Amino acid sequence: MSEPYTTIIGLEVHVQLATASKLFCGCSTRFGAEPNTQTCPVCIGMPGTLPVMNRRAIELALRTAVALNCEIPPRTKWDRKQYYYPDLPKGYQISQYDLPLSANGRLEISDAKDRFAPKTVRIIRAHLEEDAGKSLHDEEAGKGDSLIDLNRTGTPLLEIVSQPDLRSSAEALAFLKELKLLLTYIAVSDCNMQEGSLRVDANINLHIETPQGRVATPIVEIKNMNSFRAVERALDFEAPRQYREWQETGRVLGESPKQTRGWDDEAGITRAQRSKEESSDYRYFPDPDLVPVSFSPAEIAAAKASLGELPAALRGRLESVYGLPPYDADVLVNQGRSIVDYFLAVADACQDGKSASNWVTQDVLRVLKERNLSIDELPVSSDALADLIARIKSGKLPSPRARDVFQAMVDSGVDVSQAMNALGIESVDDSELVALCQRIVAANPKIAADVRGGKMQAIGALVGQAKKSNPNVDPNRVREICLELIQSLSH
Amino acid sequence: MSILQRTACELLRSLEAGEISSVELTTACLERISATDDRVGAFLRVDEKRALAQAAAVDARRAKKQPVGRLAGLPVAVKDVLCDRGQLTTCASRMLADFRPPYDSTVVAKLKAADAVLLGRTNMDEFAMGGSTENSAFQVTRNPWDLERTPGGSSGGSAASVAAGMVPLSIGTDTGGSIRQPAGLCGIVGMKPTYGRVSRYGLVAFASSLDQIGPMAHTVEDAALLLEAIAGHDPNDSTSLDEPVPAYTATVNQPLTGLRIGIAKEHFAEGLDAEVEQAVRAAVKVYESLGAKVQEVSLPHGKHGVATYYVIAPSEASSNLARYDGAHYGYRTNEQEMLAELAGERKKLQAAGDQRGVNELDTALVRMYRRTRAEGFGPEVKRRIMLGTYSLSAGYYDAYYLKALKVRRLIRQDFDRAFEQVDLIAGPITASPAFKLGEMTDDPLAMYLVDLYTVSANLAGIPGLCLPCGQSECGLPIGLQLQAPILQEESLLRGARMFEQATDWHKQRAPL
Repeated sequence: MSEPYTTIIGLEVHVQLATASKLFCGCSTRFGAEPNTQTCPVCIGMPGTLPVMNRRAIELALRTAVALNCEIPPRTKWDRKQYYYPDLPKGYQISQYDLPLSANGRLEISDAKDRFAPKTVRIIRAHLEEDAGKSLHDEEAGKGDSLIDLNRTGTPLLEIVSQPDLRSSAEALAFLKELKLLLTYIAVSDCNMQEGSLRVDANINLHIETPQGRVATPIVEIKNMNSFRAVERALDFEAPRQYREWQETGRVLGESPKQTRGWDDEAGITRAQRSKEESSDYRYFPDPDLVPVSFSPAEIAAAKASLGELPAALRGRLESVYGLPPYDADVLVNQGRSIVDYFLAVADACQDGKSASNWVTQDVLRVLKERNLSIDELPVSSDALADLIARIKSGKLPSPRARDVFQAMVDSGVDVSQAMNALGIESVDDSELVALCQRIVAANPKIAADVRGGKMQAIGALVGQAKKSNPNVDPNRVREICLELIQSLSH
Repeated sequence: MSILQRTACELLRSLEAGEISSVELTTACLERISATDDRVGAFLRVDEKRALAQAAAVDARRAKKQPVGRLAGLPVAVKDVLCDRGQLTTCASRMLADFRPPYDSTVVAKLKAADAVLLGRTNMDEFAMGGSTENSAFQVTRNPWDLERTPGGSSGGSAASVAAGMVPLSIGTDTGGSIRQPAGLCGIVGMKPTYGRVSRYGLVAFASSLDQIGPMAHTVEDAALLLEAIAGHDPNDSTSLDEPVPAYTATVNQPLTGLRIGIAKEHFAEGLDAEVEQAVRAAVKVYESLGAKVQEVSLPHGKHGVATYYVIAPSEASSNLARYDGAHYGYRTNEQEMLAELAGERKKLQAAGDQRGVNELDTALVRMYRRTRAEGFGPEVKRRIMLGTYSLSAGYYDAYYLKALKVRRLIRQDFDRAFEQVDLIAGPITASPAFKLGEMTDDPLAMYLVDLYTVSANLAGIPGLCLPCGQSECGLPIGLQLQAPILQEESLLRGARMFEQATDWHKQRAPL
C-alpha cells in the first residue's frame, strides 16, 4: 500500500422504494410534480391524522432484506425519531430504531479488473422510514424566506447501513454499484440519484500505524454526494485530508465529536458543516399510532422465492454454463437483466456462449448506446443474431462481412438472408476459391517467389486481388490456400 | 323545558313518530343554551344556523319518508378536539385558536352520516390535559349542580352541556378519565369504550395509546345509542379493532343473569370520601338485590396507575404536540417582535464583548419555535411536554418510560386475573364529589391524584362507564364506575342499565 494508513469506510444508503403511494398515506410518490401538490392531511402532519402502513413498502423492503442475506426478526416495529425542522411537519420522523426489519446481511463485491480482492461487505441493518420534505433556503440567513416542498414527505425509504468493511473508494464504488444492480434486479427501486431515489452518506476515518502502535482518526460523515463519481472523489479527497489533519493536530478518535462534512462537487473538497444542535438525542420511542409488524416464515420464504436469480449467481452461471470469462460475465450482468436475457436467448440458440457474448457486449451494446435504444427496441431479435452467428460458424457468412450484415439488420430490420441478399453476399464454395487462388498465384509469379523466399507479408497482395475479384471471399481462407499452393509449387 | 327532561331514546322515538320535529328539539336546545350557558360556559361555540339547517333537512327527509340516519334529528354536542371539516377545532388552546381542519374526523363523519344535529363545540382542558376544564385557554366551565364547582375534565363542557339539559347527547374523549370523571361529577352517564373500539382518526391526539372517544348522556340506554353510531373499525386508524359492533341498543335493556360483580379492595383505601364510599357500597347492594354475586378482587398494581400514567401520557404528548411549532399552521409568534428581540439581544451581547453569547444566540428559526410554543401553550400543557420530554430523554428512558410500560403490563394483568372471576368491577369514579373551582389550580400533583380510579382502564385498554349512584349531603352527584374486559361493552352497558332501571339517580336533574 502506498499510503501510510488504511482507509476505513462504511456507507449509509437511502433507497426510495418503488411504491405508487407514500409509506403512511395514499399520496403519489411521483417525482417532479409542482411543490406541495402531492400532499394530504396525513403527510403534512395535520392535527388528528394517523398513519396507515403501506403494505407494498413492507413487501419491497422484505424482498431487499432477503436479497441482502439479512436476518429477518419475527417482529418489527415503528419508532418516532424526534427533532424540529420545518420540512418535518410532525416534529418526528417515523422510522425504526431498536427492532429494524432486518439485520446482519452481506453483499459480495469484486472487481473484474482485479483492482482489489473479492470481499464480503457486512450489512448492519436495513430498515424502513419515511422521508422528510425538501427545504429550499434563501442563502442569506434572515433575509428572505425559506420554502418548503412537502411532496417528498412520507415517501418510503429503506436505509441500508454497511459495516465499515470498505478500504478504498474503489471498494466503496463497487459496493454501491453492486447494491444498485441488486436493487434494480429485484425491482424495488429505480435507484435514480438525480431524483433522490438513491442517496449515499459515507463514514470514513483512517487507521495509521505509528511507532507507538495503531491510531484511528476521528470519524467524519460525508454528506451531499450526488453521484457515484462524487462519492469516489469525496472519499479520495477526504482520506488524505484526514491524514494531514492528524499530522497537524494529532487528534485521534474520541478526542473530538463525530464531524459532518459536506462534499462540494465544484470545488472538489469536503467542508465542515455547522454541527447540528447539540441535541443528537432523538428521544426515540415506539410509535403508538402504529401496530408492530410480524413476518411469518411463509412470507419470508415467499419473498426469497420472488427474488429470481441475483447478479452474483447470474455471473457464476454465465461463467460456468456459458464458458464466459469473468470480464464478459460482469459486463453482461451489469447491463441489467433484460440484456442478460437477450444474451441467454442468443447463446442458447446458436450454442456458442463466447461468440454470443462478443456480439452482445460489443455490437449490440454499441448500437443501443448510439441510438439510445432499450434492448426491446433493438430491431435485431435474439433469434436473428443467433442465426447470424450460426452462419458465420458454418462458413455460410464470411466473417468480414458479418458486421455489414448486422448493420443492415439494425438499419432496416431485415433478417440475415435478406440482409445478405441486399448486400450481394453469398458464400463462396471451396473449389471455386481454390480455382480463384490458382489463377491469382499463377498470374503473380514474382509475389509467389517473394513468399517462398520468406517474405510472408507479400501474400497480402494476393489476398487483396482475391477480394477484388470476389468480395465474398474469406481472406483467411484465401491466405491459407495461396500459401499451400505456393508451398506445393516449390516442391 | 320539559322536552329536554327526556332521554335521547325517548326523543328519537318522538321524532320518528312525528310527535316533535328536529327543528323544535334543536330550537329548544338553543333556547336552553342561551338561557343558561352564560352561567355554565359549556360551549365554546354554538352554530345555530348550521344546527337548524341540519334539523330542517332531517325533518324534510323524514316527512318525505326518505331514509334517515341512526341519530336523525338528535342534537349532539362535540368536544372541541375532534376535527370537523372547515369548522374551528381549537382544543381550547391558543395554539389552534384559528385552526380549521381540511378534513372530518371519523367520529364527526359518522355523526353526520347518522344525521345527528351538530349543535356546537364544548369546552375542555387545553389539549384534553386536566381534570377540571380550568385549563381551557378560553373560558371556565361550571358544574350545573353548583356553579362554584368544577364540572370535572377534561370533557367538562360535554358533561355540563348534558347535565344542564342543553343537549341530550355529547361526545367526550377519555385519556385518563376525561369522560368518566366529569360524567361522575355532573351526575350523568359517560363511557370510555375499549381502546380501538372507536376510531381516533381526526381526534387531535393527546396520548395516542390511551385516547378513546366515547358517549355522554343522561342514561345508559342513550349512551348505547350514541356508541352504536360512532363505534367500528376504521382503516384510517391502525389501532382500531376490526371487530363487528354489536347492536348495543337491541340488548341494553336485557338484564344479565348470573352477573358476578367484583369489588377491588384497593378502591376503598385511605383517601376515599365517606359519602362516596357509602353511595358506592349502596350501589353494590342494589346489584346484590338484583341477584348479582359480589366478590372481592385485587388490583394490586393499581396504586402505581397514576405514576405510570403521568409518565406514559406526557411522553406521548410531548411527541404528539411537537407539530405545533408555528411553521405550517396554527399560532405563530409575531415575526417583527421576534426579530427585534433577537437583534436587541445580539446588540447587548456584542456591546458586552460576549462573542460566545453571540455565537450561541438562537437562529431566527429556533427563536420562532421557542416563542411560538411559549406563547401558544398554557402552563399545564407545557408542564406535561416537559415531563414527557424528560422521560424520553437519553439516560432516563429506561428508568421512566420503559419502566412505566412494564408497570402498565402488570396493571393489565391485574385486570385479566380479576376478570377470570368476575364480569364487571364496580367502584368509585372519584374520591370525592365535585371540588370548588380554583381549589387545586396551584397544586398540580393533587390534581393528578384525582385520576386515581380512572387511569387504570386507559392503561389496560378496557372499557369503563360511570353512572350516577347517589348524592352528597350538599346535593352533589356521586358516580359509580363499572369496568369490563376488553370489548365487553355490551355486558358493561347491560350491567349498568340494570342498576339504572332499579334506581332513580339518572332522573335527577341539575337545579339550574
